[in-house]
Amino acid sequence: MVNTKHVDYMNLDSLFSTEELQVRDLARSFVEERILPVIEDCYEQGVYPSELIRPMGELGFYGCNLPEEYGCAGMNNIAYGLITQELERGDSGIRSFASVQSSLVMYPIFAFGSEEQKRKWLPALATGEKIGCFGLTEPDFGSNPSDMVTRAEHTKFGWKLNGAKMWITNGTVADVAVVWAKTGEDTRSIRGFLVEKGTKGYSAPEIKKKHSLRASITSELIFEDCEIPEENILPGVEGLRGPLSCLNQARYGIAWGAIGSAMATYTAALEYSLSRIQFGKPIASFQLQQKKLAEMITEISKAQLLAFHLGKLKDAGKVTPAQISMAKRNNVAMALNVAREARTILGANGISAEYPVMRHMNNLESVLTYEGTHDIHTLIIGAEVTGIQAFK
Amino acid sequence: MKIAVCIKAVPETDTRIRIAADGRSIERSDIKFIVSPYDEFALEEAIKLKESKGGSVTVIGLGGDEVPAILRDGLARGADDAVHVSSAGVATDDPLIVGKVLAAALKQLGPDLIFFGKHGVGGDNQQVHAVVAEKLGMPQVTVVTKLDVTDGKVRAEREIEGGIEVVEAPLPAIIGAQKGLNEPRYPKLQGIMQAKKKPLATKSVADLGLSADQVGDAAAGIRITGLSLPPARQAGRRIDGDAGQQVAELVNALQNEAKVI
Ligand SMILES: Cc1cc2nc3c(=O)[nH]c(=O)nc-3n(C[C@H](O)[C@H](O)[C@H](O)COP(=O)(O)OP(=O)(O)OC[C@H]3O[C@@H](n4cnc5c(N)ncnc54)[C@H](O)[C@@H]3O)c2cc1C
Repeated sequence: MVNTKHVDYMNLDSLFSTEELQVRDLARSFVEERILPVIEDCYEQGVYPSELIRPMGELGFYGCNLPEEYGCAGMNNIAYGLITQELERGDSGIRSFASVQSSLVMYPIFAFGSEEQKRKWLPALATGEKIGCFGLTEPDFGSNPSDMVTRAEHTKFGWKLNGAKMWITNGTVADVAVVWAKTGEDTRSIRGFLVEKGTKGYSAPEIKKKHSLRASITSELIFEDCEIPEENILPGVEGLRGPLSCLNQARYGIAWGAIGSAMATYTAALEYSLSRIQFGKPIASFQLQQKKLAEMITEISKAQLLAFHLGKLKDAGKVTPAQISMAKRNNVAMALNVAREARTILGANGISAEYPVMRHMNNLESVLTYEGTHDIHTLIIGAEVTGIQAFK
Repeated sequence: MKIAVCIKAVPETDTRIRIAADGRSIERSDIKFIVSPYDEFALEEAIKLKESKGGSVTVIGLGGDEVPAILRDGLARGADDAVHVSSAGVATDDPLIVGKVLAAALKQLGPDLIFFGKHGVGGDNQQVHAVVAEKLGMPQVTVVTKLDVTDGKVRAEREIEGGIEVVEAPLPAIIGAQKGLNEPRYPKLQGIMQAKKKPLATKSVADLGLSADQVGDAAAGIRITGLSLPPARQAGRRIDGDAGQQVAELVNALQNEAKVI
């Protein structure tokens, strides 16, 4: 009998270390026992399962590749990838929460923050006691953040922030927002600020009526003469390199996360095809359905190998942003295609919340767009191979 | 207090078992092994005791290549060290032999308290902890759902038909853990990292002072001679029609086909 649950056609497990497998299995059990039972309801109601924020932190899921001295687990990037994979096998919203907390909030504080900022925030963010968000995108500037209009003006007391950010994951519930703003006219003047919840002039209303990532909070951040103390500027970075290096961390995680989503929809389709009888036989015995399953597992296996190799490069300190772009672009598009094929195998049941397929498919529409749209990553790869930038 | 926990690697509970070519063992190649579920309660109780009263926890597993990973899991959850007792040359079909080998390993360790799961999932013999108790001359309490350890004795509650029995025994003692004893924790990532640095010793039967004629096939009282899978279940039947027809047909089926009423 076939094992439908363990999606490992190419025996990638033989390449993982004992700890990596332990971490993967831990995240997998957590998702099966704590996330899957509640996720469809959360999705339907448009809420994040906030009761899971602390337990995930206590297990060490946030910022797990950062060092132990800041309360993190000090894992390698393969283990980090496997966690995002398993979380997204549950739901892209859960993985998004973890990606933002880990890669977009903890990472910049770790990489560019002062020692006081690190001590203040990292342990609390690691346990999930505090929640963070990352504000780069603006209502009028998405793919080209270099033209952002949010401004920070130096004052006697520190900095005065004005502007707005849009589509910010966790904004409404965040205790701290990592906000990128211009301190002058050009891109080089971009700096990162830690804006704390409750700061005067700062509000973060939730964006409602989403059809995607419904089990995830998305918000607008509004700054009106918002006063930020001097000690809340990230001292270690200037220019677009700051936010882009965070995005690199997150995109790496997404390249793995997308595999998890594809595993979920592929598994659902495979199991369904084996049990659904039409014309007196399981539909898995028809060549057309087998072709779909064969293509799905082939694409998943390729994506797994790509992610694994990327992880090895990252651990060796050799990975390039353009390589990460290729993996994010390929793996997310792969997962979306797998979800769409899976949906057809499930027939009418494919659109039902009794099965995870449509939820994953809808979620992936956001994942395809955030962290650099599919098109933008195409242009990054194009620029890499031709040496010619085609953005403008 | 020195605590030992014996844990067994068993096939994941939803594994579809295939019988190996020899007809008397299971196909192991594509099986994922986990800690036997009742052993998780044993391990959790041991770690909780260590956390509240101090001391150390050693996890012990008898078996082959599948064992080190589950021992690492025990270390990740908070055990201090681990002993892998190799099953090479051990007639593991016979719980008496398994008990003999584990007793020898435990004797070297000299713990004050030894935990087992109430039984190993899969084999379901429920014998090993009793055998070990006998070999070591220790009292044992099994199917334990609540445990207190004070003043050199254990006070255990155990499930019996229609009620709860309270049992006391002096240390050193052996406990067989039942579901409900506690809520096993997940290992933490930090724990998984720390586990890498904790000692995991491997011992052969010779290291335990046992010889082949004591624990090998020749010494075994029983031997598994055959395994077969249960017959495939027949497909269910759906009863259609309006409520009246459905009731009539269901009653008819229960009386005349299933013959249960
Ligand atoms: C659910 C969700 C959560 C998000 N969370 C965050 C967050 O936490 N923090 C954050 O900062 N942002 C977040 N985002 C925003 C996300 O990163 C942006 O939506 C994304 O960068 C794209 O920007 P845009 O939506 O403004 O699209 P646009 O940039 O307006 O793009 C629209 C279309 O034009 C294409 N396009 C744009 N420029 C070019 C070009 N040069 N050549 C060819 N095609 C082009 C794009 O590919 C796309 O198809 C989130 C978005 C979503 C949906």
